[in-house]
Amino acid sequence: MAINERLSGNEAVSFAIKQINPDVVAAYPITPSTEIPQFISQYIANGEMTTVYVPVESEHSSMSACIGSEAAGARSMTATSSCGLAYMFEMLYIAASNRLPITMAVVNRALSGPININNDHSDSMGARDAGWLQIYAENAQEAYDNFIQCVRIGEHKDVKLPVMACQDGFITSHAVERLELIETDKVKAFVGEYKPEKYLLNPDEILAVGPYDTPQYYMEHKKAQTEAMKNARKAIKEIAKEFEAMTGRKYDMLEEYRMDDAEYAVIIIGSSAGAGKEAVDELRNAGVKAGLIKVRVFRPFPDEELVAALKKVKGVAIMDKTDSFSAAGGPLGAEVKAAIYGKVDGITAANYIYGLGGRDVRVEHIKQVFEEIAELVKTGKAPETYKYLAIRE
Amino acid sequence: MKKLTEIRWHGRGGQGAKTASLLLADVAFSTGMYIQGFPEYGPERMGAPITAYNRLSDEPLRVHSNIYEPDFVAVVDETLLESVDVTAGLKPEGAIIINTKKDPKELLPLLKGYKGKIYTIDAAKVSLECIGKNIPNTPMLAAVVHASKVMDEKLFLENMRASFKHKFATKPEVVEGNMKALSMALEEVKVYEG
Repeated sequence: MAINERLSGNEAVSFAIKQINPDVVAAYPITPSTEIPQFISQYIANGEMTTVYVPVESEHSSMSACIGSEAAGARSMTATSSCGLAYMFEMLYIAASNRLPITMAVVNRALSGPININNDHSDSMGARDAGWLQIYAENAQEAYDNFIQCVRIGEHKDVKLPVMACQDGFITSHAVERLELIETDKVKAFVGEYKPEKYLLNPDEILAVGPYDTPQYYMEHKKAQTEAMKNARKAIKEIAKEFEAMTGRKYDMLEEYRMDDAEYAVIIIGSSAGAGKEAVDELRNAGVKAGLIKVRVFRPFPDEELVAALKKVKGVAIMDKTDSFSAAGGPLGAEVKAAIYGKVDGITAANYIYGLGGRDVRVEHIKQVFEEIAELVKTGKAPETYKYLAIRE
Repeated sequence: MKKLTEIRWHGRGGQGAKTASLLLADVAFSTGMYIQGFPEYGPERMGAPITAYNRLSDEPLRVHSNIYEPDFVAVVDETLLESVDVTAGLKPEGAIIINTKKDPKELLPLLKGYKGKIYTIDAAKVSLECIGKNIPNTPMLAAVVHASKVMDEKLFLENMRASFKHKFATKPEVVEGNMKALSMALEEVKVYEG
């Protein structure tokens, strides 16, 4: 029987890590992810986990410690936010290119400055090209479920890549919600023991990890990395199916909400999808054919799924919780437009920047977005390249 | 019971408004409801105004925004009535619950013409008498349950005993005092029906 609980997002992820009981956790505190290493330290001190906790002096070191232990053959995990993730930047690429399936809980928080501790996606979106998988959660339940699946996905024999399990700082990390936990024996059986194919502590096969790569082979290694990212799509779906068989909870690259006959759609990532679904229901009750697409997996990018979901849509708003300062919109906007180019005809696509630095995202805001795209479709006007939502002028 | 009850807490850093919202979420969960309990985070310090929220429902909750049109507002520190617009968006069919020694009627001038019910509780007195310290959030929690009727009061007390035992696992001696504070607050809360 599933365990009915009430936990914050951080508590839920910490509990998942406790259930998995990885070999190594190396982490450095930063708001709002601090609670995760804090809870894990408590579990270890109480004798509830046998994980080796490495107290490090920075995030550059926490990621370095994870790289070292994962290369040695140990299942390794960490957690961070915002500037902590930025401080890992160099090592993120090392983890991915060395094909080390580290699982990292990212509790999304705005990057400075101005200095701010609240939620947006500027931290993980800034690391979107580092070669890590990125899976985003809407609520505490998904933060828990995703984290457990992420371990399997990263370690999958056709993937072998590190994974960021992202959730929105404070909004879900510090809100207590009702959720269903899985019994520990089932979690352990689902995740299984980590059996790396190649690892440094294997006396029967001597190998080097991370040596210099010459121009003769560098591109082939990058090609192998991108193939692994492509393979991740299949692994994500397979593992979601297994997870659904165990829990009844369905996951995929993205979630479509009332999209079957939708004329207008919003594409969004993370906790604001909840307000978005509420807006869709209210608009549906008023006779507007509204729908929502929640991008769960951003890396690898769900391009085919988006094309299929948008085929019959007249107008779409792509919501970015970060600005890429390209002066041409946000990363989700750019990538969705690239994905549908030449594949979806006659669609009006608008890009919004919203919810930066913890700016509250209300049902009314999403309804306003739907009204604006409906108006654009009706008048045939081209949308602005991108715009800020609910901004003081 | 109404499907969704939304509550906004106003307090000052260190008074336990956040803890009260989390305890309310906890006890509502144990009666089988879907719950959210969350504070609004910022650079808060001891004494600075803070806000916390509860959504309680018999259906799953999905909106994660702050609450702008609450059914109930709880004011843990009455000095906030002068500096914070505590009745903003408060539904007239709901109520405001204030920690004060004053009679509900005396507070009317500070409530910007709020038309709903006003509940008051002298949470300082109750907590000093029962717990020995001025910890206003425990009596306020009981007053909020009384005013909002989100759950049966007897069921509330039964479940709070378990919540307190869990929360105070390392100092079980404070459980009885907190339980006494809840019972006393349920009896002492006053109402002005307007």
